[in-house]
Amino acid sequence: MSRLWPPLALTALLLAAWEAACRALAVPPYFLPAPSAVAVALGANVPTLIAAAWSTLAVALIALVVASIVSQALALVTALSPVADRAVRPLASVIQVTPVVAIAPLVVIWAGIDHPERALVSLAVLVAFFPIFSGAVTGLKSADPDLERLFDLYGATPVQRALRLRLPAAVPYLLEGHKVGAGLALIGAVVAEFVAGSGQVRGLAWQILDAGNKLQTARMIAALVVLGAMGVALHALLEAAERAGLKWWRGR
Amino acid sequence: MVAELQNVEVDYDRGRALGPFSLAIGAGETVALVGPSGCGKSTALRLLAGLEQPTRGRVARAAGRGETAVVFQAPTLAPWLSARANVALPLELAGVAKAEAAARADAALARVGLAGAEAARPVQLSGGMAMRVSLARALVTEPKLLLLDEPFAALDEITRRTLADDVLALWAATKPAIVFVTHNVEEAVYMASRVVVLSKGPGRTAADVAVDGPMPRPAHFRTEASFRQTAEQVSAALAEGVGSARSEVG
Repeated sequence: MSRLWPPLALTALLLAAWEAACRALAVPPYFLPAPSAVAVALGANVPTLIAAAWSTLAVALIALVVASIVSQALALVTALSPVADRAVRPLASVIQVTPVVAIAPLVVIWAGIDHPERALVSLAVLVAFFPIFSGAVTGLKSADPDLERLFDLYGATPVQRALRLRLPAAVPYLLEGHKVGAGLALIGAVVAEFVAGSGQVRGLAWQILDAGNKLQTARMIAALVVLGAMGVALHALLEAAERAGLKWWRGR
Repeated sequence: MVAELQNVEVDYDRGRALGPFSLAIGAGETVALVGPSGCGKSTALRLLAGLEQPTRGRVARAAGRGETAVVFQAPTLAPWLSARANVALPLELAGVAKAEAAARADAALARVGLAGAEAARPVQLSGGMAMRVSLARALVTEPKLLLLDEPFAALDEITRRTLADDVLALWAATKPAIVFVTHNVEEAVYMASRVVVLSKGPGRTAADVAVDGPMPRPAHFRTEASFRQTAEQVSAALAEGVGSARSEVG
């Protein structure tokens, strides 16, 4: 409880100041609605906003699963073959440093106008890929060198070494990579919605754009609030999952 | 003969690490390698284990795969495995069925005094207990050659003395050849039937001192005159190898 009240108090203070300023200065609501107006907009649009949040979250989660499988498989290949390692690393870096916004128009063309959801997932995958891949690559090389020697001594096969030493040794790095990757997948999903357009997929970004077009500023902020809350919840969930995973791995 | 280094030399990028150096290990012998830091004692141990190849010279090993075991300075346990699974690992890598490997691991843990700790994870064990698990893992394959690389260096004095006695008791059961590296002259003389002193790097044999006395050691072995004399002799050889002025002693 004592850790919770400082941020809550600050938030309440800022909201109160915002509310007071809007009323005292008679700020037009299309420019900056008061928090009370945002709360009203939030309440009036609960079903739409939840549906939109779910749509965005679903894109992020599917992207996380795809990115997880692809990046771990690729990391395993690079761990087993030095040639593959040298071949893949620079390309992975290119994916990391290229802004997703810049790739989006191409991906939209490839996914096809009729399948915007494919474009969204692909773009979120691109964003979530790198932290998981680089975590896996680092993790697969993180085994204790003396344990590696022990595997040499007992004549372990490459498969035994991969499954019984390198993969389990990589678990803490994989947990960390997935935590970062999941956060980025959510950001990637929202960014993708902005740049790839919407079609039938009406996520939170679409809500923000739509409300903006109609000058419903309170609804824009309400969608942002939902997005923020979802991000915080996802982060907390992943922190907890990482802690639980480490506890299982280490036995304490 | 279990293993032999014949005129081996090992060169690293930064220069020669060891040699020319020769060492023959007979069956059931316990040999201590002592020498100043950087003299190449650990390198000699890795050559005996077959984990490294000499730049020149020859390594002859009668002990094959699975018949050589190594205990490192740190316990080197897999944190994601229980004590039992850590000890069973060498057997499972060799294709022993899981149930049999687990049973033999439990027996090995009991031999090092860890019955009841089979399910514990490394993080739950003290330094001494973790070292015992490491010892059990080395013994579980019933090696002919047991190599220990400063195995007790990170432990407190009481724990290291207890472990030294335990290693000798375990040695008495199956009589593997033991080669161990240490900085501690007393520990070397106490545990070894033969102490090989290396000169400062690149290491050569500075002295090869036989230690008299029964194995395992009797209770007051450390206070006996012969023990003190041998320890003095080893210390003197060590000092001479380093090139200090104390070379006249002994």
